[in-house]
Amino acid sequence: MTFLILAVMTLAGAITAMTLRRLVHCVLALAICFVGLAGLYLYLGAQFAGLVQMLVYVGAVVILIVFAILLTRSHEAPPQKKWTGLAGVCVSAAVFAVLAWAVIAGGAIQGIAGGQPQATMQQIGSALMGRFVLPLEVVGLLLTAALIGAVVIAMEEKQSAR
Amino acid sequence: MLGEGIVKGLAETARNFFGSYAEKERLTTVQFPEERLVQPEATRVFPFLVYDTDDAEKGLRCVACKICEVECPPKCITIEKSTEKKPDFTGKPQFFPAKFDIDVSVCMSCQICVEVCPFDAIKMDTAFELSTDDRFGGLLWEKERLAKSNEYYHSIHPTEAAEVDEQLAEKKAKAEAKPAAPAATTGAAAAR
Amino acid sequence: MTQALDQIFVTLKHWAVAYFPAVLQPAVSILLSIAAVLVIFPTLFAVTTILERKGLARIQNRYGPNRVGPFGWLQPLADAVKSLTKEDIVPRSADKLVHFAAPLLLVVTAFLEYAVIPIGRNMVVADMDAGVLFFFAVSAAMELSIFMAGWSSRNKYSLLGAMRAVAQMISYEAPLILSSVAVAMTAGSLSTVTIVERQAGYSGIWPHWYVLTPWGLAGFVLFMVAATAESNRSPFDLPEGESEIIAGYFTEYSGFKFALFFLGEYLGMFAISGMAITLFLGGWSAPFSFLTWVPSWFWFFAKLLTLIAVFIWVRGTLPRLRMDQLMSFAWKFMLPMTLMVIFSAGLWRFLPGGVLRWVICAVPIAGLYVLLSSCMAESRRIQKRTYKFAE
Repeated sequence: MTFLILAVMTLAGAITAMTLRRLVHCVLALAICFVGLAGLYLYLGAQFAGLVQMLVYVGAVVILIVFAILLTRSHEAPPQKKWTGLAGVCVSAAVFAVLAWAVIAGGAIQGIAGGQPQATMQQIGSALMGRFVLPLEVVGLLLTAALIGAVVIAMEEKQSAR
Repeated sequence: MLGEGIVKGLAETARNFFGSYAEKERLTTVQFPEERLVQPEATRVFPFLVYDTDDAEKGLRCVACKICEVECPPKCITIEKSTEKKPDFTGKPQFFPAKFDIDVSVCMSCQICVEVCPFDAIKMDTAFELSTDDRFGGLLWEKERLAKSNEYYHSIHPTEAAEVDEQLAEKKAKAEAKPAAPAATTGAAAAR
Repeated sequence: MTQALDQIFVTLKHWAVAYFPAVLQPAVSILLSIAAVLVIFPTLFAVTTILERKGLARIQNRYGPNRVGPFGWLQPLADAVKSLTKEDIVPRSADKLVHFAAPLLLVVTAFLEYAVIPIGRNMVVADMDAGVLFFFAVSAAMELSIFMAGWSSRNKYSLLGAMRAVAQMISYEAPLILSSVAVAMTAGSLSTVTIVERQAGYSGIWPHWYVLTPWGLAGFVLFMVAATAESNRSPFDLPEGESEIIAGYFTEYSGFKFALFFLGEYLGMFAISGMAITLFLGGWSAPFSFLTWVPSWFWFFAKLLTLIAVFIWVRGTLPRLRMDQLMSFAWKFMLPMTLMVIFSAGLWRFLPGGVLRWVICAVPIAGLYVLLSSCMAESRRIQKRTYKFAE
């Protein structure tokens, strides 16, 4: 029952995000979709993933997209041709079919042997600092590089505007 | 050092907060309508007409000369002269206003009518709690409303009223002395 | 006896829940907890509005509202009647759905934040494993509602105000979350109940609150400053202070929706104070060991009221910060300080106890503070003025 509500919320959010006319409305519908996803993670018992999904996606990514839309768009989208909607539906159905085949054929549907794995905060933390410390540091460096790059681009614009 | 100013500011406001309970004179608020500020003597709000004795009709100083009506900048005074005359404070018969209207919503309290009146008949009142819910009729004041006694004038502007009374007494004395002099000379001419 | 008084609300709830059939009992228990939150904190909001107005007035050497009720204490009632009966004006070109949903979202997320704050011993609505993370996730959703409010009004100035507000809130989330990371590190858990229990011990008469450690003190101050910025309160209220001059993000709201925005903002302030109390001030534990007979929920609300008084005090004292001053303060001063607080908390964990540990942990923080304050003072030194076009 809970799963049904969350799934409907996610799907409705995603579909509305694709079909609404104004971009900011689409982004807000996307935020609803992310909240639905976070709910699904929490329903599965993955507290960390669910809460970080809320914090990062809804809190930061949606706002980033909104800022990007508001700061860069200066005109309305050109009118679409009639068959783009149909083409979109076909492509997404094809992608969904491939993913579904992969999931079913991969055997995850049968359930995991040995009950639900407990991923407590402590285990995630020690895994991040133990097994996955190298990927963590690399991702940190990547994000720092992105941050510095953004600052450099913004600074150059300021200098050229003088 | 960062934060020094903030700490000093916080100490100052804390002093203000506790001081406002400890010393009552920090709070300068006048709690209207329980307390009122003392108005200075030269306060002026809207004009009123002065009458001398207890009779608002017979003692009215205004002689309907219409100087204030002409001089009023926003033209808020309307005067109609009467057809008969009545004696003024020296006994001389004068006209009096049959209609004297001031539109208070137009009046700008400039006091020009007071400055030009040669008979000290119109003076400035100090009452300011005048709100009414009738926007048009309630703000058009007629002669009955405007006429207030000399005692009232003394109570609101004591020094001014005392000066005006002195001047009027002088004028009255001069007017009473004058008929005696021509009567004496005509009597002397007739005697010769 | 003191134990019974301490747990009185828990016992009341169990007694009320026992009246229902077993199948409904979990739902009723949850509903009762939610009802308690829904009753207590809006009442606290009403009390805070009058406290704030009278407090600010006394700071400014004047009386506050003193006409409604004895000494003006019934003023919130008058304000409630006013906000309920005002006409609800929606601009014709506004986005109706988003315009309607923005205050709702704000109030909903503000209430959600109370789910993880322990108000007393055994008195928390939801004991989550990652309570602190939940709190910050929900406060991130609050920023979205502010943006929605500003955008849906179809007003250039509202939109600008909303974007500035969102930028301010995002920038101050970094020092906020990093200060709480130091606490989570020391407590070893992200669950608010565990964090409070770790601080509930006493050595002699002194409690084990984290605010009594050097990194805790610095962290607490940084957390409170970031909390002031997160709730858009003075001196960081540029997004809504602008509304007195041009417009702010909730300028097109009137009547009840405006009241809802106010409610949401103040509730957010209480929630973040509650989190500060949980993380640094020991939650519901008493300040001295000889005072533990006083009920735990009394201490929580006493600390909450003290923090609210501090907020009001700061609001009455400091002038508003400009946007660029605000942002440089967050990124150039507070972020390095919070990183140093984390480092110092780590040092604290591994050094043996005593005065030496206190000194060693305080030195990096104090040193960085002096360094940063001298750097920021240098950039403010008055330079010789050069004219680009006059020469």
